[in-house]
Amino acid sequence: METLSYRHKAQERAAGSKSLAIIGVVASGNLEVLVERLLPDTECQVDINTAAEGFGAVWEAVVADFVERRSPGGLKLSINDGGARPDTVALRLAQAVRLIEEEDR
Amino acid sequence: MTLDDILASLFPQGHDVRNYDGVLLGSGSLKTGGRAVVIGIADRTAVGVDEAIRLSRHVLNAMERGGTGPILVLVDSDSQRMSKRDELLGLNEFLAHLAKCLIYADMQGRQTVGLLYGHSAAGAFLATALATRVLVALPGAEPEVMDLPSMSKVTKLSIDVLKEKAKSTPVFAPGLDNLAQTGAVLSTLDEKTSLAEQLQTLLGSDQDGGDRRDRLGKTRRGRPKAADIAERVHDLALQSK
Amino acid sequence: MNARKLEAPDVSRVANSKTVSWYEASARQRVRLMLDAGSFQEFIGPEQREQSPHLRVFDLPTQFDDGIVVGRGRIAGTSIFVAAQEGRFMGGAFGEVHGAKLTGLLRAARDTKSVPVLILFDTGGVRLQEANAGELAIAEIMRALIEARMAGVKIVGLIGGRAGCYGGGGLIAGCCSALAVSEQGRISVSGPEVIETNRGVEEFDSRDRALVWRTMGGKHRRLLGGAEAFVDDTIQSFRNITLHLIGSVPGFGLDVLKAEQARLEERLQRFGDCADAMDIWRAKDIFDAEAVPIMSSSDFIDLANRDGDPRYDAR
Repeated sequence: METLSYRHKAQERAAGSKSLAIIGVVASGNLEVLVERLLPDTECQVDINTAAEGFGAVWEAVVADFVERRSPGGLKLSINDGGARPDTVALRLAQAVRLIEEEDR
Repeated sequence: MTLDDILASLFPQGHDVRNYDGVLLGSGSLKTGGRAVVIGIADRTAVGVDEAIRLSRHVLNAMERGGTGPILVLVDSDSQRMSKRDELLGLNEFLAHLAKCLIYADMQGRQTVGLLYGHSAAGAFLATALATRVLVALPGAEPEVMDLPSMSKVTKLSIDVLKEKAKSTPVFAPGLDNLAQTGAVLSTLDEKTSLAEQLQTLLGSDQDGGDRRDRLGKTRRGRPKAADIAERVHDLALQSK
Repeated sequence: MNARKLEAPDVSRVANSKTVSWYEASARQRVRLMLDAGSFQEFIGPEQREQSPHLRVFDLPTQFDDGIVVGRGRIAGTSIFVAAQEGRFMGGAFGEVHGAKLTGLLRAARDTKSVPVLILFDTGGVRLQEANAGELAIAEIMRALIEARMAGVKIVGLIGGRAGCYGGGGLIAGCCSALAVSEQGRISVSGPEVIETNRGVEEFDSRDRALVWRTMGGKHRRLLGGAEAFVDDTIQSFRNITLHLIGSVPGFGLDVLKAEQARLEERLQRFGDCADAMDIWRAKDIFDAEAVPIMSSSDFIDLANRDGDPRYDAR
């Protein structure tokens, strides 16, 4: 198992007031993302637990791209990875932010 | 000890337990003068619909007759019978029904005591030995949830690798020690002294109701989390509206 | 913790729960869509990170909620405790933490006495990597479940997910007050592959899907009496049947056990020599038995109800 952690500056605070959201399932080719509003507005962190070792560079790139596109300021995103491909990871990260930014219906 | 030895040592005052193709049914005289109901599985027989229905009937007959004596469950079984017919006929209901009868009897004051003297596995284990209030074993008993060859096939790890991993944790491999450490088996009886006396001690000591296996598993370090998680959920639920 | 805030469906905006597939939904989606909006509070949610301590040894990833969501909410205003298994994580199998969450919920139901429990089964049984802990959890769940029923609690099981309801899960299901199952649902102790390995492919070809469903699937279980209700594969159908079953099941006691003994003995007497489910359906004089597997849900529900009213007092 490998544990990775990436801390970034974010341009903007993620919108909304929810403090917590979760998306996905830990299954083959899938992952879960738990997102918590815990950090200062201009910071974000992505923590990853994965059984697929040695893909640090790929994770780093996916995370950096995600931070740049979505500005997830204030958010800590925690991932349990079931061996997902980079595009699935990117999708879940985006879904997670959208969820926590959602207003209550 | 053979089954006959075990029965003689449990019931020196006499018993009428008989073996019907692997299904044990009967009763035995206790030293205190009362009578214990006895059910069980012998000869490493698989527990299918035909076996389960006879065992549950015996328990229900005892409940109908009334009385306060304990119910002993003697176990040397295979796993559940793995056949098309048994599943077609709804084996899950038959096994659940047997467990329900035992649990119900125990809650009505008929203390249920399991004595594992041979093998048991999986669904048969759940419906018999694990459905009792107190489970004890004789030396040499071999309980298992799943055998290592099957585990090896499913996990794609060799048996040697599994055995190596099993050295560091009691949580998955078969064996009496592991089932004791995780809280399933309370204790191993001494086969050299009177089983009747040891049974008497067991019956006298556990008056307090409630399933304490998870706490036992925590104390013995076989299941570090179960008791606490259950208690936390319980408390949160009670506080909720 | 409000699970409705936690997760939206993966698909784009869903109209309403009438059309959402139970089979396709995640455990969290099932809970969120079944319960009254905003009513769900989760106990030991994923942010608590109570994960399995036993999977690391096998280099397997964990899930923050260990594959089960437990909590309290309301359905049509009625307060209920609910547990939902995630069938896609480790096959929904029972591990130490996973099982303990359900044990604690049932013990709370026993002590509360007045709140029904829903169990959304989606499980292959015991989690091998934690086999002893999983098996013990199931034994403790069965004990706590019967204690709760003895205290007057109604406990309804819902079965229709990807993993089915296998192994020890099948035994827990048999302890519930009543069960509802969809076409996709399966209930069995041993799985198809295990039967084939043990008895040979001639007796049971695990790749013959029609055979698997005839033997263990929702329609057969309904006709056999292994489940009280058969429902369409939608969240709404499961929600509706839940309310119906909670209102239909009596208390638990010796009479119920005696009735179940008689029910199961009669089943053995009538069908004990049947080689296949088709023989059982024909023995029950089911009209057009051959068509049962391809019948629509609504046609099948009508057929099953014509066969006889389900009884609620013998489980």
